[in-house]
Amino acid sequence: MAQIILDRLVDAFTAGEIEQIGSQHGNEWARVRRDAWARVCLFLRDDPTTDMKMASDLTAVDRFGREPRFDVVLHLYSVTKKHRVRLYAGVAEDDCNIESVVSIWPGMDWFEREAYDLYGVRFRGHPDLRRILMYPEFVGHPLRKDYPKEKRQPLVRRSGIPGSPE
Amino acid sequence: MGLEIYNSTVQAAVNWARKFSLFQYPFVTACCGMEFMSTAAPKYDLARFGAEFPRFSPRQADLLVIVGTITERQAPALRRIYDQMCEPKWVIAFGVCASTGGFYQNYSTVPGADQIIPVDVYIPGCPPRPEQVLDALILLQERIQRGEGHSQITLRAEAGHHVPTAAIRPRDKVAVDQTLPLPSSTLPAAGK
Repeated sequence: MAQIILDRLVDAFTAGEIEQIGSQHGNEWARVRRDAWARVCLFLRDDPTTDMKMASDLTAVDRFGREPRFDVVLHLYSVTKKHRVRLYAGVAEDDCNIESVVSIWPGMDWFEREAYDLYGVRFRGHPDLRRILMYPEFVGHPLRKDYPKEKRQPLVRRSGIPGSPE
Repeated sequence: MGLEIYNSTVQAAVNWARKFSLFQYPFVTACCGMEFMSTAAPKYDLARFGAEFPRFSPRQADLLVIVGTITERQAPALRRIYDQMCEPKWVIAFGVCASTGGFYQNYSTVPGADQIIPVDVYIPGCPPRPEQVLDALILLQERIQRGEGHSQITLRAEAGHHVPTAAIRPRDKVAVDQTLPLPSSTLPAAGK
């Protein structure tokens, strides 16, 4: 469907920067080295062949037990060419950050805040990186696989009910 | 003796007036709101019971209807709204999410609004049928007439009256910013 995007990426970047490419069910994807993330994104937006002017989604995946532990996933779409591509970048747990793409697609602002809130991936250069769904008092990142899913961190509770402090 | 008879008669009249003039504050957070609108609309006609007038200021309301899921993040706002309402006041938990947390058994959802504020009537259902809502309203009216709302009992107990109910409880103290003991985490071993 959009093999042309992958061809352009392979032409424009080195094999180390585009680590892997593939196509599944007619959807093309590319795995990008973390430090080439913003350059690849800028290229895909401005190259007239790819023309990915729209970023439709950005999120993260916790692949617990794998190294690097997290994947940041970006879905791109071209309104003029009507083709899509999916980008991955691996992010390690002990160096959990990646370049922000807010300067490339301003709409990615809240998506990056969500990925930071729920997975703890920090986006370097984000203008206002703080939690968006959970409250500031919340400790940890709830969609990480090692966060117990029923561990609540209440802000307010009545006294005298089962399980309350008194 | 005469004073007591007078008091109880006046109380009965006052409670009769209260139960037919409930001003509701709909705290609508989720999909149950659709069913609530349906109940309030002419087909099911909440107005028949004197509860037709939603007030969007807690100062003017005496019935808090919690319609939908309460998240931990919203909980302080809900508590504040309840505290701002004038006494006596009543609370209905509309739907399973407001009653028990429903199927949200996770880090973000309060397992029932009664973790935050006292609830007088619970309505099960996901969402409840409008008939259930009307039934709950009638149940609440009966409770108000008997003077058995949480807030009514608290007020009477505080005024030094004998309250013949086992369910009396001291006025709620709220534990703000107090983290409960959390269940010990069950972490999967890395790399397995």
